[in-house]
Amino acid sequence: MNKHLLSAADLSRDDAVAILDTAAELSRVTDRAVKKLPTLRGRTVVNLFFEDSTRTRISFEAAAKRLSADVITFSAKGSSVSKGESLKDTALTLEAMGADAVIVRHGASGAPHRLAHSGWIDGVVVNAGDGTHEHPTQALLDAYTLRHHLAGGTGALEGRRVVIVGDVLHSRVARSNVLLLHTLGAEVTLVAPPTLMPVGVDTWPCTVSYDLDEALPGADAVMMLRVQAERMNAAYFPTSNEYSRRYGLDVRRAGLLAHDGIVLHPGPMNRGMEITAEVADGPRSVIVEQVTNGVHVRMAVLYLLLGAAEVDTAVAHEEAGE
Amino acid sequence: MTAAHTPQGSRVLDADDISRVISRISHEILEHAQGAHDLTVLGIQTRGVPLAHRIAARMAEIEGVAVPVGSLDITMYRDDLSLRGARPLHATDVPVEGVDDRLVVLVDDVLFSGRTVRAALDALSDIGRPRVVQLAVLVDRGHRELPLRADYVGKNIPTSLDQSVRVRMRDLDGVDEVVVEG
Amino acid sequence: MTTILRNVRPYGEDAVDITWSDGVITEISPAGDPREDAAGAAVIDGHGAVVLPGLVDLHTHLREPGREDAETIASGSAAAALGGFTAVHAMANTTPVADTAGVVEMVWRRGVEAGYCDVHPVGAVTVGLQGERLAELGAMADSAARVRIFSDDGVCVSDPVLMRRALEYVKAFDGVIAQHAQDPRLTEGAQMNEGALSGVLGLRGWPAVAEESIIARDVLLAEHVGSRVHICHLSTSGSVDIVRWAKARGIDVSAEVTPHHLILTEDLARTYDPLFKVNPPLRRAEDVGAVRAGLADGTIDVVATDHAPHAREDKDCEWAAGAFGMLGLETALSVVIETMVLTGALDWRGVADRMSVRPAHIARLADQGRPLAVGEPATLVVVDPEATWQVDAARSPSRSANSPFAQRDMRGRVLHTVLRGRPTVIEGVLVSEGAGA
Repeated sequence: MNKHLLSAADLSRDDAVAILDTAAELSRVTDRAVKKLPTLRGRTVVNLFFEDSTRTRISFEAAAKRLSADVITFSAKGSSVSKGESLKDTALTLEAMGADAVIVRHGASGAPHRLAHSGWIDGVVVNAGDGTHEHPTQALLDAYTLRHHLAGGTGALEGRRVVIVGDVLHSRVARSNVLLLHTLGAEVTLVAPPTLMPVGVDTWPCTVSYDLDEALPGADAVMMLRVQAERMNAAYFPTSNEYSRRYGLDVRRAGLLAHDGIVLHPGPMNRGMEITAEVADGPRSVIVEQVTNGVHVRMAVLYLLLGAAEVDTAVAHEEAGE
Repeated sequence: MTAAHTPQGSRVLDADDISRVISRISHEILEHAQGAHDLTVLGIQTRGVPLAHRIAARMAEIEGVAVPVGSLDITMYRDDLSLRGARPLHATDVPVEGVDDRLVVLVDDVLFSGRTVRAALDALSDIGRPRVVQLAVLVDRGHRELPLRADYVGKNIPTSLDQSVRVRMRDLDGVDEVVVEG
Repeated sequence: MTTILRNVRPYGEDAVDITWSDGVITEISPAGDPREDAAGAAVIDGHGAVVLPGLVDLHTHLREPGREDAETIASGSAAAALGGFTAVHAMANTTPVADTAGVVEMVWRRGVEAGYCDVHPVGAVTVGLQGERLAELGAMADSAARVRIFSDDGVCVSDPVLMRRALEYVKAFDGVIAQHAQDPRLTEGAQMNEGALSGVLGLRGWPAVAEESIIARDVLLAEHVGSRVHICHLSTSGSVDIVRWAKARGIDVSAEVTPHHLILTEDLARTYDPLFKVNPPLRRAEDVGAVRAGLADGTIDVVATDHAPHAREDKDCEWAAGAFGMLGLETALSVVIETMVLTGALDWRGVADRMSVRPAHIARLADQGRPLAVGEPATLVVVDPEATWQVDAARSPSRSANSPFAQRDMRGRVLHTVLRGRPTVIEGVLVSEGAGA
């Protein structure tokens, strides 16, 4: 496994399955009275959030705390970050505090990559969403949720068909999901109006469609991406109504899915825009479950990355007798 | 008891030896516990688990009642993450009876530094509060680093630190044997 | 005072000794001819290297006035001399903007004081580069700086009416508008070349069409009003095609390409290191091939550095926060040698044409870009094409360090630079006492 988790492309199939398997074991800890594990006692995990994202921040905080790490949270609002302190100076501060892992959310694509490769810090860097680039732990929790429902909770996702719908152009979730789901053997179809498809999407490991009704029949899962109504002001689509009619998920469309097909949404949802309330709260929806799974997947990521990073020498220590 | 020399090292316990040891330990546990009424056997992952199942099965034969048996994964409780890194997790399966107010016997293959047992005790205390905790091991090879001892020992095998003790269980490895290597 | 430059090969041809007096070449004779041992003459050893007319840069950012922490006229023109340049054109996007006779005269005067090379200010086309109304182009043309190139470089003159007027107006004093071709609406928030890679990296794209559509419009405008137009830092294959078409049609258009667009590609954005962030952005390998071909066949007239110094904090940051631009003066000739000479695309006369003769002609500089001949100014550069060297910010006079070529072996080292008979660089070292002449 790579030292950092910056992109879903950093993960091999074995890496991804190892994370999902570890998360599955860790999920069982949630069922017992003492939910905390001592694994990362004495390690410092910093949540560095240049962009507001309460749900992702809380999810990482919960994950780190359940592993007994010391958690420090830097949020943009009210900190030196909002007073114009540079990424570099913030990083140097964290380094001085001895951060073992830095979880970074930033509005600029590539900021976590920059942090990991600039030499400013030594710790493990986990991308918690950067600009319109990637959000690999979201993809992992989506894969975990898909695997739980579609593959009996083990192995990969060979042959499963997943449709991702919405503002692909501006979506870090879509980028990471296409990469990871492809790595896990799923077949991904992206659906959006052509204006919300990135240039060069034809080179991505997925198929592309402009027609939701054509893409949905028989699919095992559909993932709806948040579409901001402001996009219509930049002429990406004419009106919210037209968007909903052509690309929104309603009960009729959800019924086109395979018999046990599920509906995902990374949140926060725009009810009435990309998804109707009936579908969001309906029997196929696994949206609330995604949140729970997020904590387990992030625990697994922290455990595996910090565990890998701290082995100084690859001494094949004899297992027997211990 | 045989001490056959194989190219990989010397075999100190063979399949029959292990069978006898399991039988003896099962008797000792039952004798000490005065029956099986609140007994739970938990095997420490990985080779403690088949051992625990065989001890429980033997006790069931002797007593005629089923003994709850489960597994304990101590990976997340280890104190050597920075030395050995992250390892894959195994299942922790606690029998439906739970561990609260029960006599829990932890089972492992080899007792060495004692750190695994220390981690197992921590893991166990996060699951519940047993009445008594005891430890059964197939082999005690010495070199303790913590003030711990086993209640039931299959065989004491003096070793040097540069040797290793390899336990193979037929469920996992296709053969029952204990070999000292190096 | 007489100086003899021994054993140099003009345009890479047969070795000669070049003698000059009072800044004018007085004799060129086969190397080693004993007649030249004039008593009291200074002698410079040319080591058998190539001698070319002094290089002329049409596109330089010297940052003074306003950002003297990043570069000054003195530090930038010293870097220029080390790169073999004897004239540079200082872009107008300073603070204050070079949009009045006062500012351009100040820049001109500072250049003379520094003395490393001729510093010709470029005048802004519009007041404050705001694209709203014409600056006093005539006053700048008539000033001591004798401005002939006008540009809002950094921003595009996007208003077609304003562009038309500017093209027409400068005809009165044989000026030229140098257009920074970038449609502003198509490039809002743009971070890198738009294509498959920008989609993967999640960086806002800068599409080729934003450059090409402006070039197409402006060559048609130039044709319509009978003016000449110059295209700054052309970067795409499509732009080369449009300029080639315009020239075939007889339109008076000239174009420049930067050294970095001749050698670097968009793949460097994968590092997310703003060192490689530049405007226009690094393009695809196909575009690099097309601009090289355009430079070779003369569609692209000149190599211009777009030397853009930036303070460390403007590059030591995330990509989106980073400033556009990279250093170029000291590395330009090496890049041209690597990409054009060693590949056989240009011979040394071709290099002299694209880096000296044509830029001097476009800028209407009478005493630069002249042939190496008796009676011509002794303004020249001696370059050893075999030598390799590495960029070292600590040894550069530039106040900035944002070269994209750090750690890379550069081919061809400038040994000597001579400006009207006076050496500004000898054996690769700046001649500081020469300054102020």
